[in-house]
Amino acid sequence: MDPFALKTLNAERRARRAAILVTDIGDGRDRVVKEGDVVAGDLGEAISRAFRTGLSGTAEAEGRQFFLNVHLPQPRLVVVGAVHISQALAPMARIAGFPLQIIDPRTAFASDERFPDVELRAEWPEDVLTHCPLDRYAALAAVTHDPKIDDFALKAALDADCFYVGALGSRKTHAKRVERLLSMGATAAQIERINAPIGLDIGAANPAEIAVAVLAQVIAAFRSRGLGAKTTSEAA
Amino acid sequence: MPSKFLDEARDPLIIAEGWMKDGKDVAIATVVETWGSAPRPVGSHLVIDAEGTFHGSVSGGCVEGAVISEALEVIGSGQAKMLEFGVADETAWQVGLSCGGRIRVYVERLG
Repeated sequence: MDPFALKTLNAERRARRAAILVTDIGDGRDRVVKEGDVVAGDLGEAISRAFRTGLSGTAEAEGRQFFLNVHLPQPRLVVVGAVHISQALAPMARIAGFPLQIIDPRTAFASDERFPDVELRAEWPEDVLTHCPLDRYAALAAVTHDPKIDDFALKAALDADCFYVGALGSRKTHAKRVERLLSMGATAAQIERINAPIGLDIGAANPAEIAVAVLAQVIAAFRSRGLGAKTTSEAA
Repeated sequence: MPSKFLDEARDPLIIAEGWMKDGKDVAIATVVETWGSAPRPVGSHLVIDAEGTFHGSVSGGCVEGAVISEALEVIGSGQAKMLEFGVADETAWQVGLSCGGRIRVYVERLG
């Protein structure tokens, strides 16, 4: 392995950015491809697929055999609102493999009794997200219904290009939210990325079922990254 | 600056970079293909220095010994090697995977 490639790869991994180490198994030469780099031909296609699925493996291209080792930052889920839905979502997210952080400044909601074994921050999203910023490998679900708590986090998630942004509330609630976000400087393309009402439409009828719908939507968003759906870069 | 997103003390590629900075000779072994039941997924690393110190894994401990001795050769020669382990080729290797799977491991020198 080229020492420079190793340094580059580790720098990307430390910064929570996706990268693939592409090794030509025939001659041992390797290079780091960062997400967004353009690679032509069959190899380029294999690289795009690997970024999307996160699966490492061998690929044949131009008569050569390559090994693609994919290093994706671990996707994580940030939930604003220590509410009933979040209580159901916490164990589900753990099972599905998403590290979860719950933020809610209301200490009556954000209590360890209600959320055992969860990274719980009884603080304002403004404070938490400044120290622990969102990124493209974070999903944000805002479920407090309270603009004072949800709005800042939603705007931050759109600006960070989170792979998923969802907000609880009826269409009517969301229409008002859209106006507020626009006045905060969000673009129409960004607003389009918000999943509202939140969750896949499975007819969820209680908090646990809404949690299933949200988690399924998060997974769908993660696995369809780069497929031209709701991404700011393409919509802009 | 250490990253809060990586477990730097146990991350094989971070450790390999540290060894390199310390001037050590290093080999990196990578699982490039698996068939059947394999204990470590494709992409897993075992990193080895010239003294045989190692971090990470390419199996559940079944073939690490063999990979390490091959790695020491690779460090010496600079020639990368593709190793294959599995129950199917007991004649080629003294060690195999007790789980019944097969793996291919690419061993290369760093630098």
